[in-house]
Amino acid sequence: MVVFSSCAVLVVMVVAFSVSSLLGGADQAYLAETRLLDKAMLLAEFGLMGLVFYYSFRYKQYYCALLSAAQTLPVAWMELTGRSAEGGNHIIVDDLTIIMCMVIGIVGCLICVYAVGYIREYHKHHTEYKDRSPFFFAMLFVFLGAMFGLVFSGNLTWIYFFWEITSICSFLLIGYNQTPEAIRNSFRALWMNLLGGLGFAGAILYCSLKLDIANIRELVILGTGNQAALIPVILLAFAALTKSAQMPFSRWLLGAMVAPTPTSALLHSATMVKAGVYLLIRLSPALNGNLAGIMVTTIGGFTFFAASLLAISQSDGKKVLAYSTISNLGLITACAGVGLHEAVWAGILLLVFHAVSKSLLFLSVGAVENSTGSRNIEDMHGLIVKLPKLAFVMIVGICGMFLAPFGMLISKWAALKAFVDSKSVWLVIFLVFGSASTLFYWGKWLGKLVAVIHRSERLPDKLEKSDWFSIYTLAILVIALCVSFPLLSTYLVQPFLIQTFHEPLMTLISSSDLKIMFLMFCTILVLPVMVRLLTFGKRNKIVISYMSGANTGDDRHFTDSFGRESSMYLANWYMEDLFGEKKILKPSLVLASAGLIILMIVAIGGVI
Amino acid sequence: MQILLKIILFLILAPVLGGLLSGFDRKIGARFQGRQGPPLIQPFYDLHKLFSKQSVVVNGVQDFLVGGFFVFVVFTGCIFFAGGDLLLVFFALTLAEVFLILSATSANSPYSAMGAQRELVQMMAYEPMMLLAAIGFYIADGSFNVVDIVHTGTSAIAVLPGMFFGFLYILTIKLRKSPFDISTSHHAHQEMVKGLTTELSGNVLGLVELAGWYEDVLLLGFIGLFIINLQWWSILAAVLVCALSFVLETFIDNLFPRVKWDKMLGSTWLVTLVAGGINLLILTLIH
Repeated sequence: MVVFSSCAVLVVMVVAFSVSSLLGGADQAYLAETRLLDKAMLLAEFGLMGLVFYYSFRYKQYYCALLSAAQTLPVAWMELTGRSAEGGNHIIVDDLTIIMCMVIGIVGCLICVYAVGYIREYHKHHTEYKDRSPFFFAMLFVFLGAMFGLVFSGNLTWIYFFWEITSICSFLLIGYNQTPEAIRNSFRALWMNLLGGLGFAGAILYCSLKLDIANIRELVILGTGNQAALIPVILLAFAALTKSAQMPFSRWLLGAMVAPTPTSALLHSATMVKAGVYLLIRLSPALNGNLAGIMVTTIGGFTFFAASLLAISQSDGKKVLAYSTISNLGLITACAGVGLHEAVWAGILLLVFHAVSKSLLFLSVGAVENSTGSRNIEDMHGLIVKLPKLAFVMIVGICGMFLAPFGMLISKWAALKAFVDSKSVWLVIFLVFGSASTLFYWGKWLGKLVAVIHRSERLPDKLEKSDWFSIYTLAILVIALCVSFPLLSTYLVQPFLIQTFHEPLMTLISSSDLKIMFLMFCTILVLPVMVRLLTFGKRNKIVISYMSGANTGDDRHFTDSFGRESSMYLANWYMEDLFGEKKILKPSLVLASAGLIILMIVAIGGVI
Repeated sequence: MQILLKIILFLILAPVLGGLLSGFDRKIGARFQGRQGPPLIQPFYDLHKLFSKQSVVVNGVQDFLVGGFFVFVVFTGCIFFAGGDLLLVFFALTLAEVFLILSATSANSPYSAMGAQRELVQMMAYEPMMLLAAIGFYIADGSFNVVDIVHTGTSAIAVLPGMFFGFLYILTIKLRKSPFDISTSHHAHQEMVKGLTTELSGNVLGLVELAGWYEDVLLLGFIGLFIINLQWWSILAAVLVCALSFVLETFIDNLFPRVKWDKMLGSTWLVTLVAGGINLLILTLIH
């Protein structure tokens, strides 16, 4: 009950805030002087460090403690000795903030609402885990708070502070089950994110001590067409790459799938991983046409391609979603790295569409798991008969991820155009091959869902009303967004871009194309009626499917060559030999690490 | 108004042309095997017969999904011949294909399931080249719109020879010709029966057939797009090139045995990367 009401309050506040900022001129800034708050924050940071120390010593993972100390202590030293730069507003609000705020508020709260029913059912199934659901919800809300803090902050130290909170929340939530696997994976997430935090801390120190800058906006202004700010920009981009689970840091996000589904939906698809790309989008003007930009686009484009190949070989629903998340984040990263306003336009829209569609998919996979006991895609065979409502929302979610006329495709389209216009040949090639493999793994998942098996029974609906509320709202949002995204673009994305890039955006997708897309959308809606007309109202004869005449009564059993009755099993293709994790994960991680290290050295070396 | 006229012309003429092409194809195939072959308009008789039969289906959603396939193939053709956006053409075609694949997987039948997986591999194989070709046109002629591409002074093939070759290569997959006809076959006696369309029959199968004709015309239109420019004679040249390409595909169909899917995927991606990628690289450098 507490969860529901606080979610309702949050959503109302978010909407009220967005509307009022939209009406009253979006760009605002508050809080120039914040000594007392800064002191409190410093204390809290020591608290966080203490927490990391406690867990690292408890589980004997000392390197995490080391990483945490290495970043907290220098920043604290800088602040205590009064060397930190002053000036700039600590809180800024512009259109990007509003967009992020709505994503976090609305999607995040829907996930929290869903979590209430989910976690109850989860503990019924998994009696072996300790029920720590109060802690779970506390962490979810702390996390949401930190995300809001992150998007509202303008001061680098403040962003860093909230950034660390999200890292630690995610660490605690991944380790929720306290199984050895969960703990191992949570530490992997922790050290990778702390490594990113180290980069962030380095950027803050450099900004304060060398450039006398404390605010992200000033950094971006300085960084546009100027070499001086390149080092902190690279360090921040590095931090963003770790947080958005780009290769070579992608493994923490896959490991995070051991956590209960709401965690995966909230942290690892809708909000936390978006913090990284959010930071990149903020930095994007400073990434245009320099080595930092090349580093970001290379890593992003490569991740998009490699992760979508890797997703082909996965049959675990959540793993496919995880790889697809990594891959889409790669695309957003690449868009931000290009640093041209049309690319950033595509990136922001991708971010919004992805958050909504992917959380819908996570929630429905979680619901299927609670109803059937499995989240394997092979076990979703015939879901349209067994759980028709869930199968339907899942189809909406999947179509939203890759098919025209739905959202993600529109932004992919714009991204493609932007990459071509910026003459990034490699990005274009990554994109065309990556989207072909995307098509493959979503297509086969869709195929599993729609299989109609003779005489299969409908399963009982175990979901609670609150679960359905979240799932349906998200499904409606997916559809509503693909109709109404021009409004989103005109009122929120465009003003932000004009403010950032100081020139209006030319139209990426012409209005006639949009009309055709809309027509396609309507066609899908009226298709059932049209089909009745096309088949001339003839009555079809229904038979069982063809098995060379050897069926034994239904479409699941046949007489084999020994004359015995065998059951048939239809599996999707996973092509382990070509796209298996064993085959391509290691080479891609090595390649990505090498690329990242070389580009960072070249870029930083070029400045020094 | 003019656009409407173009769409109506496409809707009427495309199936006629597509059916004739199919008849021609069968004729050549028969001559290769030393047979007389059916009359040129045999496909029309076949289609008529399919439509006059009751369909036998395995579930209630098949005809809906096949209907979706047909509608979107025709829709795609209309966008193309009305001069619309090439990328949109491909996206709509992808949507249509997904409908067809879903109709096959919905049947829960071993042969159509195998056909569906193979069809997905085929899509994965040809999609990059199709997108690259559209991008090539965009860089060469400054627009994704078919209308603008046609109204340029020089033929696109002059700067897109690699793309043209790559497109011919994937055309074999798209036209469902051997060696790449792995998801469905012309004859039901093969190892996968009829693959993708095993569970379809009667008027539902007729719709798939008809959609195939529309699609063939669309693909040849794409070949023509490489040639057509402002000069009137370029239209003749385009028709000639289209006819030659079609004959070439028929020859290939009759000369090569079917390959395994991994060979198809690997070779297509390689051709795409080498022919399409290098062409793109050079094009980006000179423009």
